Amino acid sequence: MEFDIKQIIIIIMSAAFVNNYVLRQFLGVCPFLGVSKDIKSSVGMGFSVTFVMIMASAVTWPIQRYLLDPSGLEFMQTVVFILIIATLVQLVEITLKKFAPPIHASLGIFLPLIVTNCAVLGLTISNINNEYSFIMAIAAALGAGLGFLLAMLLFTGIRQELANANPPDSFKGMPITLISAAILSIAFFAFEGVIENIFGK
Amino acid sequence: MSKRSILTKGIIKENPVLVLMLGLCPVLAVTTQAENAIGMGVATTFVLLGSNAAVSMLRNIIPNKTRIPCYIVLISSFTTLAKMIVEAYAYPIYQSLGIFLPLITVNCIIFARAEIFAAKNKVTDSVLDALGAGAGFTLALFAIASVREILGSGTWFGIEIPWLRGNNISIFTMAPGAFIVLAAILAAVNKISKGALAQSDALCAGCPNAGICGKLKAAPDESGKPDKSYDSDRSDEQIQQSEEQR
Repeated sequence: MEFDIKQIIIIIMSAAFVNNYVLRQFLGVCPFLGVSKDIKSSVGMGFSVTFVMIMASAVTWPIQRYLLDPSGLEFMQTVVFILIIATLVQLVEITLKKFAPPIHASLGIFLPLIVTNCAVLGLTISNINNEYSFIMAIAAALGAGLGFLLAMLLFTGIRQELANANPPDSFKGMPITLISAAILSIAFFAFEGVIENIFGK
Repeated sequence: MSKRSILTKGIIKENPVLVLMLGLCPVLAVTTQAENAIGMGVATTFVLLGSNAAVSMLRNIIPNKTRIPCYIVLISSFTTLAKMIVEAYAYPIYQSLGIFLPLITVNCIIFARAEIFAAKNKVTDSVLDALGAGAGFTLALFAIASVREILGSGTWFGIEIPWLRGNNISIFTMAPGAFIVLAAILAAVNKISKGALAQSDALCAGCPNAGICGKLKAAPDESGKPDKSYDSDRSDEQIQQSEEQR
């Protein structure tokens, strides 16, 4: 299997920063807005999503390549992938509960919520659409997960400050949260072109 | 509840996007152009209609324990169908919606309607409910997309608007613009309704993301205490609560 370290780094960095899943592609906005209340839960959610993304990419890629493609069943992609993700999440939860109770105690509560996180399904589908190799798919999953974690952490910090702010009445709650998300999203524009400059693409 | 109120409640009183804040990912992502927004709205309504009708027909057959996987299979089948229809008959829209078309599968609104309404009501009522929620979703998408397209590209449905075309504010077509416009529209809804359109938690219970959303709804408590709402059993409790309220 072809293994190009530079390409892998480019994929990880672009998934994490330039094309940040939450702030640039709007995948996984629900948990981003919902769980970013305190650092502990946003870290837990971030790591759970990263973990499930890597697992899901590792399972869906071979299924697409060796099962769906040869038998001409590409149109079943959505149905197959969402079922795989749902089953996988259950499996991971049961396994963690049995063999790694400390990890389950800190991550387990987030796992059932990840089934319908559109970032995971979106990642597995875009891995196929971009015609990534297996290693590249795993790298994209790692990058996307870390990008999600980074966005969650930054946003949690902003929200904790926001709790002390006093916006106009109509903006209280959700609207002011979205405005902060917009500003954070503008900040991520700074990463535009970074990869081309570092790696001279 | 009369047939008419079932149909209309999804449009204003329980608008999935502007009041319940469900399914925000497609709302933010595909609203760069009014045409895409309508396409997404219609596709989602189609899936909602199919899944609500199917869930309602099968409501006495699907066992309670395995209902979520059953819903996932039904919803993803209808999504696949919608994806194929759009690809065949509206290829430009298929291209611009891209990955968000298969992602209708994980749209909270569809789960919520299946769990809260279709699983307990007759087929005709469920179909009306789906039409109402779908129309509400489409209208919200259309409103956001109109603002973004007019300010961001100076066009509306691709028709150029004379002065704005040359003075467009391109940030509205980019990611931050989506957040800003949604925030402004939500604030306007708050202002006009003066809190009358208070968010009802009951509808959120059906969504498998209920744990997350439940925490979101508990917004006034900013103390940062980890609360127990992540528990996966919570959704069942919430459903019972919402039933009792009813």
